[in-house]
Amino acid sequence: MTDIPLIFEISQPGRRGWQLPALDVEDAPLEEMLPAGQVRAEPAELPEVTELDVVRHFTRISALNMCIDTTFYPLGSCTMKYNPRVTEKCARLPAFDLHPYAPTECSQGTLELLHGLQQMLCELCGMHAFTLHPAAGAQGEFAGILVARAWHEARGERRSKVVIPDSAHGTNPASARLGGYQVVTVRSDGRGRTSPSALREVMDGDVALFMLTNPNTLGLFEDGILEIAEIVHDVGALLYLDGANLNALAGIVRPGDLGFDIVHVNTHKTLSTPHGGGGPGAGPVGVTERLADFLPGWVVEKGVDNGFRLRRPERSVGQLRSFFGSTGVLIRAYAYLRALGGRGLRENSLTAILNANYLRSRLRETFAPHVDEPCMHECVLSAKSQKKRGARALDIAKRLLDYGFHPPTVYFPLIVEEALMIEPTETESKTTLDAFVDALLAIDREIDECPDVVRGAPHSTPVGRLDEVSAARRPVLTMPVNGAME
Amino acid sequence: MDWTGSSPDERRQMLAAIGVDSVEALLAAIPRCVEGLPGIPDGLDEASLLRHVSDLAQRNRPAGPGKCFIGAGAYEHAAPAVVEALISRGEFSTTYTPYQPEVSQGTLIAGFEFQTLIARLTGLDVANSSMYDGASAAAEAALLAIRYTGRTAVVVSGAMHPEWLCVLRTYLSGVGAEIRIAASEYGRTPLGQVEACLDGNVACFLIQQPNFLGQLEDLRAAAEAAHAAGSLFVAACNPLALGILASPGECGADIAVGDVQPLGIPLSFGGPYAGYMAVREPLVRQMPGRLVGMARDAQGRRGFTLTLQTREQHIRRERATSNICTNQALVALAATIYLCALGKHGLREVARHNVVRAHRAAERLQEIPGVRLAFDGPYFNEFVLRLPRKARDVCRHVRERSGIWPGLDLGRFWPDMADCLMVCVTETKTREDVEALRAALEDALQ
Repeated sequence: MTDIPLIFEISQPGRRGWQLPALDVEDAPLEEMLPAGQVRAEPAELPEVTELDVVRHFTRISALNMCIDTTFYPLGSCTMKYNPRVTEKCARLPAFDLHPYAPTECSQGTLELLHGLQQMLCELCGMHAFTLHPAAGAQGEFAGILVARAWHEARGERRSKVVIPDSAHGTNPASARLGGYQVVTVRSDGRGRTSPSALREVMDGDVALFMLTNPNTLGLFEDGILEIAEIVHDVGALLYLDGANLNALAGIVRPGDLGFDIVHVNTHKTLSTPHGGGGPGAGPVGVTERLADFLPGWVVEKGVDNGFRLRRPERSVGQLRSFFGSTGVLIRAYAYLRALGGRGLRENSLTAILNANYLRSRLRETFAPHVDEPCMHECVLSAKSQKKRGARALDIAKRLLDYGFHPPTVYFPLIVEEALMIEPTETESKTTLDAFVDALLAIDREIDECPDVVRGAPHSTPVGRLDEVSAARRPVLTMPVNGAME
Repeated sequence: MDWTGSSPDERRQMLAAIGVDSVEALLAAIPRCVEGLPGIPDGLDEASLLRHVSDLAQRNRPAGPGKCFIGAGAYEHAAPAVVEALISRGEFSTTYTPYQPEVSQGTLIAGFEFQTLIARLTGLDVANSSMYDGASAAAEAALLAIRYTGRTAVVVSGAMHPEWLCVLRTYLSGVGAEIRIAASEYGRTPLGQVEACLDGNVACFLIQQPNFLGQLEDLRAAAEAAHAAGSLFVAACNPLALGILASPGECGADIAVGDVQPLGIPLSFGGPYAGYMAVREPLVRQMPGRLVGMARDAQGRRGFTLTLQTREQHIRRERATSNICTNQALVALAATIYLCALGKHGLREVARHNVVRAHRAAERLQEIPGVRLAFDGPYFNEFVLRLPRKARDVCRHVRERSGIWPGLDLGRFWPDMADCLMVCVTETKTREDVEALRAALEDALQ
């Protein structure tokens, strides 16, 4: 049995994979241009491989991945919907490949597109203004937190706390901390929601912001939202929407109409830009009118001459990354929104909700729902009864790999014992959903019939379960130049 | 377009299984629903969409091959065709963060290879599997240094990219850290300035290599100065330049960061790019971002998995080392493939060609009457020219007459440098390209 080789392990001295254009100017020894101390004594130990070596290696390892193109991928909270190829084609049009400091008069097409995207996001979210600057959702959260802080400070207030439900994504508290805030957790009630009464207890004049995910990470709509907004605004705080679950709301209800002041959108979720194995994403942030002057980055505006240009908001909190934003990702998001239109967005959300409820109705007798009521675009089930019979959520997830499915998110949200968080998205067919349900029901039977098969899963993957504890105890994070990995 | 998955009949079957007549029946708890989104135009079929977006693209006027001499943090380089071909594979682009390592070895192996390549280029022990971009990586390095040392100030070279400085200010504003800027002189960071800023409260000293003005800094001396004050030394390096320049590790850096955009990543009006971060071993548990590590399965097979995750937000929440979650995996993959295709000697050759072409170009452009190099220090592929007129006017004139974008007008950032033009010459610029630039500049300055 041989390990899958790393590119360094197929390297052979003298192989070349690329040819540079010949120098058509006079060459000169480096010493004449750079001081000796500045020059590297030996070239860095990069691999020496041919072009075919490169293509074959990366094609082979790519085949070791499960992905949306090959497999149902119901990873909860991640909205693994099909990524249309036409948006890829749009983003690759050569005329979009401009330098970030391209003169304004030479980048009018890009600016018009970005302006259109801002407008559509404002409509989608019921917001007054959007910045397209943040690199990803978590950076969008950080942006929103800084905007809130700047707004309070402009009113002469220094508040110290951000309130976050216990069901929230980990990025929320981490972003709040990065913004210099102390995090206060509010517990979810028996219905899996933030109850207005529990919220009232932690809200006071020192709270800057309440960050809410709606629908929350249990896939449930926070039905106390209007009262929640009132409680938050009554103490002079702002209401933030973590837009991770916007795929349940698009075209159905607008966050701004519900009282949210700030919202971030994950383009790689609702707007179907490819997840890329973990990025690049983009995290546009929308705000109500009173917060618009504080947005980071730039806004694209249309002048009286109908020309488009970039403007730094007057009291901007600054910049979070270099240049305008992840334009290549934003072009895909624009194309996706234009392809769907308002009606298509609504149809998507309705279908995502239909698919999640269908899974829920077929699975609820076997895997106990955390809260037994209709869900939005994802459903959270529990494998606690399976755990008593000898297989944990992790075992079930690993066994699903043998059935050819990517597992749901497991052990999140943290408040659900043995959580299975399933988000099917709208692009999956009933046939696929049925096959997935059948697999889960079969695994449930296997727990009694052949428990070791479940507990030892997966059996059909390129590698089995890895010893992550040892890996973290003595981390091997790079390949040593001498080639010995142990 | 409609990408939903089921037929009308299947939808009816699903509704029946749920026991409702319509999906809307499940939405009773939602207040203030909307009927539609009139501000979003009606959907388009594929052909009409392509036509519409192509029309927008046509409204851009790109400089075209051989005509863009602007660098300033985003560089035009040639990437092998295999890069785009391979990153376009759905197996890479339509998968997510490798939470299930058994079915994500492709992403994980590529991440481990990226970490190894960056560690070798920077001469440091460990690299992570990507950051958002170079600027935010520099800011995260400062935060790392603050956590590690328990100190609350950072010293930054004034010759760092002004947008990176802005990002640093934003990131550090949250924790209230103090930023001291060591002003640059003659295009470089004078050590006297740096030493005056350093004291026992300084967590780190950050410098950029080459710096924003294209000049090479003396990393060894900078490292000594930082260490003398007990501070960490952070070098923000162009990774392509590291093909030929002494590595930050051998110069004494504790942390290296940068943007991988120069490794053949498309300019794409500012992104997506990717950042990198490499550190000395003792700092690894304070690192932000994803780390891929080697592991074994029960049969002893080698595999790769995300590791040291207890640093991260999904476990540690408000005590995490960073809020970073989704970052730039696919861009890091592009950089990985670029570095592998170029290889050990290819990267060095590309870097060398950049040095040679930039120096030949600088010589030619200085032959224009009234034009001279603003700084006399060594440089990699970018240099500043002092012109006898405002750079802004010269840029416009050159662009209108020849279609060439001759460089960046530094008056954009500093009013007292309004007569300075920063020119970048990479391996993509031929002798004829530079001759055309020379002629156009000469014409503009007559």
